[in-house]
Amino acid sequence: MSAPAKQDAQWHMLTVVGTDRPGIVAKLTEALFRGGCNLGEASMVRLGGNFSIMLMVEGTNATALEQLVQPVTDALGLRVHIDAIHGGLHQHVEPNVQVTVYGADRPGIVAQATAALAATGFNILDLNTTVGGTASQPIYIMMIDGLAAEGVATVERAIAPLRTGGIEVSVTALDTMIG
Amino acid sequence: MAVLEVLQYPDPRLKQVSVPVTLFDARLRAFLADLEATMRAGPGSVGIAAPQVNHFLRVAIIDVSSKPKIPQHGCLRLINPEIMQRAGELKGREGCMSVPDYTGTVVRAQSVRVRAQDADGQWHEFDCEGYEARAVQHEIDHLDGLLFLDRIVSPRHDLFRRKR
Repeated sequence: MSAPAKQDAQWHMLTVVGTDRPGIVAKLTEALFRGGCNLGEASMVRLGGNFSIMLMVEGTNATALEQLVQPVTDALGLRVHIDAIHGGLHQHVEPNVQVTVYGADRPGIVAQATAALAATGFNILDLNTTVGGTASQPIYIMMIDGLAAEGVATVERAIAPLRTGGIEVSVTALDTMIG
Repeated sequence: MAVLEVLQYPDPRLKQVSVPVTLFDARLRAFLADLEATMRAGPGSVGIAAPQVNHFLRVAIIDVSSKPKIPQHGCLRLINPEIMQRAGELKGREGCMSVPDYTGTVVRAQSVRVRAQDADGQWHEFDCEGYEARAVQHEIDHLDGLLFLDRIVSPRHDLFRRKR
């Protein structure tokens, strides 16, 4: 991250996906830095052995951005997707509820849980899920942070029916301590 | 009583270590009133430390009484506070008036015993737990030039909190 981004900066969301190996982030960001780009928020995660990153980039247009990263992504066999995005930095929303769900893996867990949350107006701010356990007995684990406009009790009531059928659900109020 | 200007990181003064209070006089009481007014002016703030307002004295105020149904001591005005004992560990989210638009996950002791002087120089001990203990540890860190940014952990590492 170099100079502070301008208020009217045009941000792009750069998404890069491919087989994971050490050094991808270093090579990508080196190319962006040398090309005069500025980075904003980013999230990299390894999903099923695949590298994935979403990176806010500012300082150039979509065509130039693609050309900047192409030598790296070609060399490493990565796929790239670029979108111009609205919005920018300093727009964090503080979650007030955390929902954790786990159980024996079966189709529909995410759809059912998130439908119950959406029905209350719950806004998911951060979600990650994974499959643990063994190949013969997989367990699905999901953790969600979000904003429940109507509070934790409403979320608890909405999600309680999921508990039938062997799914464990816990709803916890998040109270950020500001000091 | 006045609302004081709050220093914001990356101001290097926030990294300064504060010195003990030695004079328990009217100026100290006036400063405590200003510090408390500044804390109450910060939206949602439950604590403040003197170095956040450019006074490098070991003074902190904590008041978590706005939070319902938690163990707490009301408004704690801590002068020269020291943590005598710590027990347990708990992850929680923290933010800071000196670090706008960012919150992070921090591991703190679940409970602490704090010794501190009052505005007259008398020593008291407080047993704090949970949310109040977190606030006490966050504010005392400020007196040592530490921000919660110095202690953040990845919220993704530990998918499940330990059941207690």
